[in-house]
Amino acid sequence: MEIREGGFYCVPAECYVDPMVPVTRAVVTHGHADHASRGHGRVWATPETIDIMRTRNYVADETQTTGLPYGQRHDLGGGVTLWFASAGHILGSAQAVFEYQGQRIVAAGDFKRHPDPTCAPFEVVPCDVFITEATFALPVFQHPPLEDEVEKLMRSMRTLPDRTHIVGVYALGKCQRVMKTLRLAGYEHPFYIHGALKRLTELYESYGQDFGVWQLVSEIDRNDKDRFRGKIVLCPPAQINDRWSRRFADPLPTVASGWMQIRARARQKRAELGLVVSDHADWNDLLRTCRETGAGMVWITHGRVEALEYALKKEGINAKGLHLIGIEEAAGE
Amino acid sequence: MSFAAFADLLDDLYFTNSTLAKEAILSDYLRRTPDPDRGWALAAIGGTLSFDLFKRNLVKTLMEERMDPYLFQLSRHYVGELSETVALAWPQSSEPVRLNRLPDLHEVIDEFTRRDKPGIRAYLVTLLDNMSPPQRWALLKLGTRGLRIGMSARTVKKTLANMAGVDVGVLEKLWHGITPPYTSLFAWIDGNAEMPDISNVLTYSPVMLSHPIDEAADLDRLSPETHHAEWKWDGIRVQVAGMNGEARIYSRTGDDISHSFPDLAATVNWDAVIDGELLVRPDGQIGSFNDLQQRLGKKKPSGALMKRLPAHLIAYDIISENGVSFRDQTLDARRKTLEAFIAERHPDHYTISEILEWTTVDDLRGLRQEAADSEGLKEGLMVKRRDTPYVSGRPKHAWYKWKRDPFLLDAVLMYAQRGTGKRSSYYSDYTFGLWANVEGEAKLLPIGKAYFGFTDEELKQLDSWIRNHKVARYGPVQEVDKELVFEVAFDSAHESPRHKSGYALRFPRISRIRWDKPAHEADRLEIMDTLIGK
Repeated sequence: MEIREGGFYCVPAECYVDPMVPVTRAVVTHGHADHASRGHGRVWATPETIDIMRTRNYVADETQTTGLPYGQRHDLGGGVTLWFASAGHILGSAQAVFEYQGQRIVAAGDFKRHPDPTCAPFEVVPCDVFITEATFALPVFQHPPLEDEVEKLMRSMRTLPDRTHIVGVYALGKCQRVMKTLRLAGYEHPFYIHGALKRLTELYESYGQDFGVWQLVSEIDRNDKDRFRGKIVLCPPAQINDRWSRRFADPLPTVASGWMQIRARARQKRAELGLVVSDHADWNDLLRTCRETGAGMVWITHGRVEALEYALKKEGINAKGLHLIGIEEAAGE
Repeated sequence: MSFAAFADLLDDLYFTNSTLAKEAILSDYLRRTPDPDRGWALAAIGGTLSFDLFKRNLVKTLMEERMDPYLFQLSRHYVGELSETVALAWPQSSEPVRLNRLPDLHEVIDEFTRRDKPGIRAYLVTLLDNMSPPQRWALLKLGTRGLRIGMSARTVKKTLANMAGVDVGVLEKLWHGITPPYTSLFAWIDGNAEMPDISNVLTYSPVMLSHPIDEAADLDRLSPETHHAEWKWDGIRVQVAGMNGEARIYSRTGDDISHSFPDLAATVNWDAVIDGELLVRPDGQIGSFNDLQQRLGKKKPSGALMKRLPAHLIAYDIISENGVSFRDQTLDARRKTLEAFIAERHPDHYTISEILEWTTVDDLRGLRQEAADSEGLKEGLMVKRRDTPYVSGRPKHAWYKWKRDPFLLDAVLMYAQRGTGKRSSYYSDYTFGLWANVEGEAKLLPIGKAYFGFTDEELKQLDSWIRNHKVARYGPVQEVDKELVFEVAFDSAHESPRHKSGYALRFPRISRIRWDKPAHEADRLEIMDTLIGK
């Protein structure tokens, strides 16, 4: 394994992991834009991830794709065996497990340990080298249970029944997780959603997820502002305070993101309600996971690299920050 | 009412954008919360608590004992603020004392004020162990009086005025005469008592402030018949108040700073409220702001310091005397009273602000230039309409300030640091330097720091420029390529042995970002000598 301009490169198998530039051979851990990109010759990923990439036009007709369900071993060439283990991040998200000459390297991609009704739970894979992210690697990040945050939203809707709660969510993963959890918490009205969330929600449904009734905002008469009072509207985060939100009666900008833990961040986004909902492991889960893999070496790709590197070293785990360029913290959250 | 309700209130206020909605949230809380909790909450929000429940240092110490110092430091720099870092990262005690319910706000306050040092420490730990992160944040902010929830004192007073159904001016007058937990105030608001009587309380009176002059629009309004010109001295604006043998010196914002200036306070043997500029007089001459700075913030100045730099007041105005308010009188009328009043004071301690001679606007320009040449003693001119009453706040077209032009220099960005609060994810604090000859080599020496003067859009551009030009990191300080030039404006400069360059700037701000200018064309350190007239 080495680091090249395009990202992680597996030398014997001649392929990249989550490359951000077009390459001949790419292993993709999940469908978020900072991991999956277009223009590759061959792609190995889970079938769900390949579907997501297709929906987002990341794979063209000429792209050769190999869909590997979790656990299915595959000869990648050069003596390297690849298989995927679930990462608990979003639908189809996987840790890429590389086995070569008795050594096992796990590239975890993005992952989380908190329960999520819309994807398979994280699986611990014992390994020699564990490659992790560090998006929320600071002791200040201790994600609360999702139910608490959804209850916060429900309480706000009870207190302010005349306002339209516009919830900014990332289109892939966050949107569906929030909808599903709201349904489990007993929210019965239709969801009104922005067009950008439609196709991926349908994709989740094709994998058996049920979000109840939802409707595109664009299909509702512009003058029918009152329709949304006391209801939940979902849209990409950038839209909550943008022109798009003017069509609603008395909108209450809400953001669902792990960053909402930090007050100043919530204010920056001009959120009046911040729901701490994260697709990533928090501080304690990052440490716990690194420990549980039993890896003697941990490589840290991006995020609060220094803190995680320091804390692991203190526990006697050899850790190294790689400071990969090009992976932006904002994208998945 | 439980502390939880107070924490909810702070959260609601913090996250609400509109001032009207904030007012509604606050008045709703004040109506449904009993005494004395609501009064303490009001004090916390209005910033009128007069004591810390615990020291910031205690919070720091507790964290250092419980958490790896390096991780704590990283967290703190990331969050940008101590209280929130602790609120989020608080490591529970191994055997925490569990409370069945959170105490009421007033119980928390009573408990802290009653306890000795070890007791305070134990109580703080117990509370933090039993609270959620937002509750911890509320407690830490309350306890160290660091609450900033985007609600101005003015909005608080407006909320109370609306609840009482009176004009906000009534609250302005009352506000500084009453103290937490404000039971008499709420009894009046609830209609159960008369308005609190503050005629016998020595308090700060809200001051009258000025607008910067708009040279294009305002100069035509001026004539010597309608306007006075005075020097704008470069000291600090204060209010000296005396009543029944008591004396207070208040800063412009109403902070009691009497303890820093006992020499001036000791001269107060009269009942009056005087508005003026506080300066020091080394060797019998008015000293510069740099001289004054040696006495600011000194809780107990030594006798030697007071002898070397005795406090002096240049009186601008008189607000009341012997229980009679002059607020409704014209400036001309108040000026006569002030002249008579100052005439009876000792000139070592009190002088009256001189009324400057002028007939044309060009004369004013000349005076302003004279101020600019005063080596920092005078910041410029004040031009005041003679027939205006003394109105608190900033009435339009009553008083103008006409500051001398700032000094400008082109400096090179050297280091950047993340800001705090809303700016905690942006590199928004900039250290810049000038070229100097160090052992035959051209080197940059830091001359100052600035964190405003640019637009939000420019902040974003600077932030991304810095992220792309990182050199090295020293804790929170990011060193950058020495390639970007700022035009820096500042009000004055003085020699400072604490700075490597030997100078310190006063009120530096970024006046322009010179994306176009090559760094080697930035100014040299020698320019400072010329600028400060050495």
